[in-house]
Amino acid sequence: MDGINLLHNYGEAVAMILFGIGFSNLLLQKNLIKKIIGLNIMDTATYLFLALKGYIEGRKAPVVVNGVQSVEAYINPIPSGLVLTGIVVSVSVTALMLALTIRLYHRYHTLDLDEISTLLKKEGK
Amino acid sequence: MDFVQNFPFISIILSLFSGPLSSVLSGKWAKRVNTAVIVVIGFLSAATLGFVISTGQAYVYTMGHFPAPWGNEIRVGVLEAAMALFFCVIMFLSMLGGIREREEQIEESKQNLYYVMVDLLLCSLLALVYTNDLFTAYVFVEINTISACGLIMIRQNGRTIEAATRYMIMSLLGSGLLLLGICFLYDLTGHLLMSNIKEQVGILAATGSYHIPLVVALGLMSVGLAIKSALYPFHAWLPDAYGYSTLSSAAILSSLVSKGYIFLLIKIFYRVIGFEIVKESKVIHVLFVFGIIGMIMGSVSAIKEDDIRRMIAFSSVAQIGYIYMGFGLGTAEGVIASIYHVVSHSATKSLLFVAASGLTDASGKSPRYRDLTGAAYRNRLAGVAFTVGSLSMVGMPIFSGFISKLLFARAAIGHHYKMLPTLIALAISVVLNAVYFMKTVIRIYTPVPADMEIAAGRTVPAGEQPAKSAALVCFIVLNLLLGLSSEPIINLIRSGLEMFG
Repeated sequence: MDGINLLHNYGEAVAMILFGIGFSNLLLQKNLIKKIIGLNIMDTATYLFLALKGYIEGRKAPVVVNGVQSVEAYINPIPSGLVLTGIVVSVSVTALMLALTIRLYHRYHTLDLDEISTLLKKEGK
Repeated sequence: MDFVQNFPFISIILSLFSGPLSSVLSGKWAKRVNTAVIVVIGFLSAATLGFVISTGQAYVYTMGHFPAPWGNEIRVGVLEAAMALFFCVIMFLSMLGGIREREEQIEESKQNLYYVMVDLLLCSLLALVYTNDLFTAYVFVEINTISACGLIMIRQNGRTIEAATRYMIMSLLGSGLLLLGICFLYDLTGHLLMSNIKEQVGILAATGSYHIPLVVALGLMSVGLAIKSALYPFHAWLPDAYGYSTLSSAAILSSLVSKGYIFLLIKIFYRVIGFEIVKESKVIHVLFVFGIIGMIMGSVSAIKEDDIRRMIAFSSVAQIGYIYMGFGLGTAEGVIASIYHVVSHSATKSLLFVAASGLTDASGKSPRYRDLTGAAYRNRLAGVAFTVGSLSMVGMPIFSGFISKLLFARAAIGHHYKMLPTLIALAISVVLNAVYFMKTVIRIYTPVPADMEIAAGRTVPAGEQPAKSAALVCFIVLNLLLGLSSEPIINLIRSGLEMFG
């Protein structure tokens, strides 16, 4: 029973696996750039999940063309809207993280966060 | 509709637009705009609070032209208005106390950017407090995170940039989980407005369908917000972020930013899922266990600390533990105790940060214990204020900390298996608090021995920094007010919680 559900919802399963990969990269990688890549994988996995949830088999994107106004013709537009909002948010946090990374690299000439911590302790400030 | 009902919306918009406006102003004018905005919003929130108390029920304010379940809306009750007012008061006093430090530690060309961040932070806090839409809440959580990160890194040195990076990483993990939880919930219920989600969740719970996804969604959102508000194992960024950022930032971060997330979590418990369903899930047991571990471990780390500001920061970890322990009890009394503790901790922690900076001012800016010897004699007002804050944290009667500990203990009594752990943890935690806070109080009231030289120690009269002195006096009064007249405040929280769901 559960196995069949998994087979039907393979897209959601992929999204969750990607989320796990992104999450553990963001948490465990030492390299800041790899962390940021993890962040992006994690966010994108969420958008994939949302997009899948909004999709209805056999229907079109919710853009009115040829005068078709019937609700039955289109997929659910709200998840797409949420994805757009989410993308804006993740772009801005990615930009902020990259800016922080550049600052740290200029100061300490390394991308390894643990090494930076050791250097800071040596500085003793 | 009364005109007063527009005030929450006006407050959010006012703080939102003052941010971009400040970015083109000079530092001096940005500061004036910021102060004016905080004061005006404080008065607007007070008027709103008066209005909802007089009508005795919460009201819904539709944003835009679409009615529920499609449109966006904000919902205002006693608890929301009181929180907004309280946040404004604390923010005002924290900004007032740190004027000198901001001028010294932030570059001249970046002064106005600091106020942009504070305006946006206030906006996001108000939106988190008032919104009735889950996705709007997520967006403002992110705005909150970004502006808090700006507040940490505006004082440019290696420590703060590293702390800001660690803060961002932890926060992003938390918001990733929160977003996933919201997506799950949207997927299950088809709604984004909190009241509509609750209706659907009630139906799902009654029929028993989709039980596991529902618990998973609740778990994801709880853990996400717990990470963001620095519950024990996720606190690694906190001491550096609070310890090395500029004074106003530290006070605002410790007393407001984490509390905004906690308020959102209460909202999710009461208005999105429904407290009955939350109680039956296992999620609150997890929060309870981590809360208790946090209470102990935060204090243990604080005892080992040699830097007074980092010590206060570690004490925050312990206090956040208290709040989550209150949620973990799973009773309305526990949540009331937690909300009271949110208020009491905000007032006390910002007091402690400002007082500690007054003490380090008198000791050549050194936060080390050795240099703080006798600091209370060199800066008397800061010494008194630090003592008040410490006694409140330890839980002395007449100060606010006592009431919150009493409420936690009362909420725990009668709980058949969580009573003993709670009471034991409270007792241990109080002793540990006393160890490090009383150690500091004794240290600052020890006269300097003749053979010991304090580097650059000097006497600071109360008139030297009138703004900081005024802030300290207000904080002390606020603390005594919370401690001595706790009954009306608890009643306010109780009635607010009743109209919250």
